[in-house]
Amino acid sequence: MLQTAAPVALVPIERSPGYWATVWSRFRRDPVAVGAGLVVLALILMAVFAPLIAPQDPFKGMALRRLRPPGTDGYPLGTDELGRDMLSRLIYGARLSLFMGVTPVLLALGAGATIGIVAGYAGGWVNTIMMRIIDVFFAFPSVLLAIALSGALGAGIANGLISLTVVFIPPIARIAESVTTSVRTRDYVEAARASGAGPLRIIRTQVLGNVMGPIFVYAMSLVAVSMILASGLSFLGLGVKPPEPEWGLMLNTLRTAMYIQPLLCALPGLMIFLTSIAFNMLTDGLRSAMDLKA
Amino acid sequence: MSTPILEVVDLIKHFPLATGLLGRAGSAVRAVDGVSFAVQERETLGIVGESGCGKSTTARLLMQLIVPTSGAIRYQGQTVGTKALPLKEFRRQVQMVFQDSYASLNPRLTVEDSIAFAPTVHGVSGDQAVRKARALLDRVGLEPARFAGRYPHELSGGQRQRVNIARALAVEPRVLLLDEAVSALDKSVEAQVLNLLLDLKDEMGLTYLFISHDLEVVRFMSTQVLVMYLGRIAEVGPTEALYTASRHPYTTALLGSLLSMDPDNRRTQAPLAGDPPNPIDPPPGCRFHTRCAYAEPVCSTREPDLGGVGLAHAAACHMAHPGTGHSRAAGRVA
Repeated sequence: MLQTAAPVALVPIERSPGYWATVWSRFRRDPVAVGAGLVVLALILMAVFAPLIAPQDPFKGMALRRLRPPGTDGYPLGTDELGRDMLSRLIYGARLSLFMGVTPVLLALGAGATIGIVAGYAGGWVNTIMMRIIDVFFAFPSVLLAIALSGALGAGIANGLISLTVVFIPPIARIAESVTTSVRTRDYVEAARASGAGPLRIIRTQVLGNVMGPIFVYAMSLVAVSMILASGLSFLGLGVKPPEPEWGLMLNTLRTAMYIQPLLCALPGLMIFLTSIAFNMLTDGLRSAMDLKA
Repeated sequence: MSTPILEVVDLIKHFPLATGLLGRAGSAVRAVDGVSFAVQERETLGIVGESGCGKSTTARLLMQLIVPTSGAIRYQGQTVGTKALPLKEFRRQVQMVFQDSYASLNPRLTVEDSIAFAPTVHGVSGDQAVRKARALLDRVGLEPARFAGRYPHELSGGQRQRVNIARALAVEPRVLLLDEAVSALDKSVEAQVLNLLLDLKDEMGLTYLFISHDLEVVRFMSTQVLVMYLGRIAEVGPTEALYTASRHPYTTALLGSLLSMDPDNRRTQAPLAGDPPNPIDPPPGCRFHTRCAYAEPVCSTREPDLGGVGLAHAAACHMAHPGTGHSRAAGRVA
């Protein structure tokens, strides 16, 4: 056993700002990224407090006031094909659309990062076998795979989540594997091995801190893709089912009114566009803030 | 002679080359090809040689960071990896300092966390490990209050290498492997770190394996020197004997490459021409015969050995041993 150290009082020491503190201060100085972050925050708040913000019941329709244009008295963004208030439906739609965008990515981040880090750290034939299996999933275009999976599982929110999660595991695992492989051979990992630490401890203390940043940023860039895919599934009738307000589904049901009220049926698409652009710019800002020499 | 603290017997490491369907089966880079040596406690064994001669591979094999093709490593007479001496315990007794001071520190950990990591692996509590890290920082000449909370990129090369030395010493090892540990530092900082290493050695009773391509530094640090060429030992002996009366023409040529301190005695000719041969396909016989000024037919057919075990000063050269068939065998190398 090691002897205990010479008694040295733990005097206060000067601490440098850590990596994440530095990233945050760089991020704060990037107006585009901060703007995108505020938009994302606003969308999240809108989803959470939808019942308080929405002026009308998003499910209550009236045949007499169908397809009113934006600006109609009492319906600032008009009404949909069943006479429901568009503004309220768009606000409520943020709930399901964001949920369908973020949840599959989070689930895939957990599974994909685990697979990738294990494969990358193990190396050798373990890596080869794991990554070849992942490659099989890569062979399918992601849209096709999502449609095929949710088509096979049946429509519904849960099945949509499952199929989107499966679609996002391979790309995240790939990124995790390549980052981990590059970290694994660094001298500080060798030094940790030379100090007698086992693989789990090395992954936890030496590898994770150096790989989670890039993996997380990549996963965040998938949120926009996930939202668009989820909207696509809903559009095809595979994801969310009517009468739930969801932007993709709204786009689908309003499609028939394209020639009557073109502005109206562009609104859900505009929301999808705004959200995915905001997520993408936030991701870009984070990526450049994290691109430190250290 | 007492049991050496570290002993290496016939260590071999071949890196197999990836072969396609039509590739030659069984070809490999023979990075380390039959190396044996022993280090006595509190000695410093210097290992020198050109790039690619297997110095660093030997260090990584010793640390068990890569698995040897064959051969044994013994610590105080016990084979590493057996019940009597598990790998984890061996790694507490033997530690390593790497060449690249920046790459060998985790950029996301503060200096004190990097140093405190190894003791916690061996069961020291986090609080104790941090205390120990600060005491070691103090010992290697870095004021804990100023440096403990810093990240590696905020330190200079010399400061980082001091941190690496502290990190290696944190588990109280008996043997330190220094793999080109000062090679990347500029000369004045190098001298400070070398003096620190000498002080630490006296103070803690350490044994060093000092790997370097710098002949002057090795001479300054070492009590014994081992010269490697293409994965094999060319010559081994006490430092002064080897530097003043080398017995292997390769050692002589290496020492000849040192710049003369006397301007009237300038070196006009390069002592060694060309690069070492390819370690995938080393020359038959003596591996040095393709570049040796004294090469004779016997050198390309018979491989010389170090000649008998336990010799204090030995050279793997036909000229150093009588009766080998080399015309200069009886005499000494010029």
